[in-house]
Amino acid sequence: MSEPIIATDGLTREFVRRTRSGKLLRDKTVVRAVDDLTISVEAGESVGYIGANGAGKSTTIKMLVGILVPTRGTVRTCGLDPLAQRRRLAHEVGVVFGQRSQLWWDLPVRESFSILAAIHRIAPGRAREREAELVGRLEMGDYLDTPVRQLSLGQRMRAELAAALLHTPRLVILDEPTIGLDVLSKQRLRDFLIEERREHGTTLLLTTHDMGDIERLCDRVLVVDHGRLAYQGSLDGLARTVGAQRVLVVDLVAATPDLTDLPDVVHLGSEGHGLRQRLAFDAERTTAARVLTEVSNRVAVRDLSVEEPDIEDVVRRIYQSQR
Amino acid sequence: MADPVVPTPDPADRMPPSRLAAYGAVLASRIRSQRSYRANFYTDLGASFLIGFIELAEVWILFHNVHALGGLTFRNILLVFGIADLSFSIAQMFFGHVDRMPTFLRAGTLDVFYLRPQPVLLQVITSEIGLRRLTRALVGLGSLVIGLSLNEIRWTVGNIALLAVTLVSAFLVHSAMLVWAGGVQFFLVSGAEMTNAFVYGGRYAATQVASVWSTPLKVLFGFIFPMAVTAYVPALRLLGLPGPMWLPTWLAWWTPAFAVWMWAFALWSWRQGIRHYQGGGG
Repeated sequence: MSEPIIATDGLTREFVRRTRSGKLLRDKTVVRAVDDLTISVEAGESVGYIGANGAGKSTTIKMLVGILVPTRGTVRTCGLDPLAQRRRLAHEVGVVFGQRSQLWWDLPVRESFSILAAIHRIAPGRAREREAELVGRLEMGDYLDTPVRQLSLGQRMRAELAAALLHTPRLVILDEPTIGLDVLSKQRLRDFLIEERREHGTTLLLTTHDMGDIERLCDRVLVVDHGRLAYQGSLDGLARTVGAQRVLVVDLVAATPDLTDLPDVVHLGSEGHGLRQRLAFDAERTTAARVLTEVSNRVAVRDLSVEEPDIEDVVRRIYQSQR
Repeated sequence: MADPVVPTPDPADRMPPSRLAAYGAVLASRIRSQRSYRANFYTDLGASFLIGFIELAEVWILFHNVHALGGLTFRNILLVFGIADLSFSIAQMFFGHVDRMPTFLRAGTLDVFYLRPQPVLLQVITSEIGLRRLTRALVGLGSLVIGLSLNEIRWTVGNIALLAVTLVSAFLVHSAMLVWAGGVQFFLVSGAEMTNAFVYGGRYAATQVASVWSTPLKVLFGFIFPMAVTAYVPALRLLGLPGPMWLPTWLAWWTPAFAVWMWAFALWSWRQGIRHYQGGGG
């Protein structure tokens, strides 16, 4: 029972790319998408798996569920060998690939669910209960009879999530689940995942470009860069490691000299003779509210926005700090 | 007032559905969805009938000019055409989409199949059903029935059994051709052109008089892709006609063996394809 739910040891995946050089000759280059990755996720954890585009996140996930064969190293998911025991593993894992659909585009959502229940061999009574639970929590009641092709992106992602979770998997892997969603849809999806984990103790592995997903959902983050594990630990620790800063952008009522002398704030730049100013602050030492108060004490603020550190930036800093 | 009814729990409600239920549920949904686009479906049915009919007309025109080809008359060839086209179009109905793997690959459908607890090939096969090909199968069936009634065939138990065995085996051979082609398409994403030459070339070969083929063609479509054995040779046997060189009519009873050979080849090809895919298309 103490075996981790995900365990990889020296997991490596190489792709051979053939590029044309000249008329007949072809060059072979070996690209290492995942490089000597050793990670371990305990049952019940919620882990963010982050990295820039092409860092090897999707390749790792495909190896975890038996879609891709590793070049070297070992992988065990839910205590099973994903290649030899793929079909058994499918009962234990639910996966949402943000860009791939599990649903039948020409069928009403409800019918997709009943087909999936048959596919996972869920008893009709149990399937009904679970479907009702998911439909309620994801607020899908008003579009259950709508064909999938007519759903909005937000509605479709909720249906995708329900489809992946219908068989109550122990491990849920989500690849970019909130991509392209508006703020409200993101919020609803996150609330659902928090509740689902509380009810069923589900383990979550999540890739995302959205810092908000990580902050709300994950206890721990793994950062990959060029296929290598660059960091693992808590999110706070990550922010500390890289000194990730938030940026407050203020639009002022009148042109103002650069606000360079605010406490715990670094002035990044000004536009329009100081009508818009960008102020970086360290979230460990101060808060957006305090910075705003300081600014308001000196000059009237017309509008503001806060920029979160984006994942690309965080990853870049980790990468630089390691060299 | 009626007594309150205590609902008896249905034990079946707590029983997991059978393994087959999954495939059944998908197929049933495919049939429903084709019927829900009625105009589209009827157009497809019409087009499919027309294609079958034109194929038959082509044979008729050929025989209108030569009367007999390789020892067979038009009446005789109707029997060959009937067996070949009926079995081919039923194979197309159930397996026709398997040789369109690039579509599955591009849509990412295949990755989704990996996430489900069934063999990937069975999921691909049952992911669609080409009901529109029913009308084409009808052309084949019509040709077969007419062929059977116009020719003098001795209806012994042996001949009836031979006809049944032939139809099933021919269906299996044509299905295996599509699976084989699907496997190859993992390697050649635009490989349909190449595999079509064998799949549709093979269908065409199956409806032809194999006695006029050159030896290499007899080897290719008589044994490697055993098209001649699926319709032409059994038809000769039913008609009591002698077989040409290389294709004696006792081979007619060997069509199941050829079906096994084709399926072994198809599954091997599919396996190579899947391995290549899991290798990530290097």
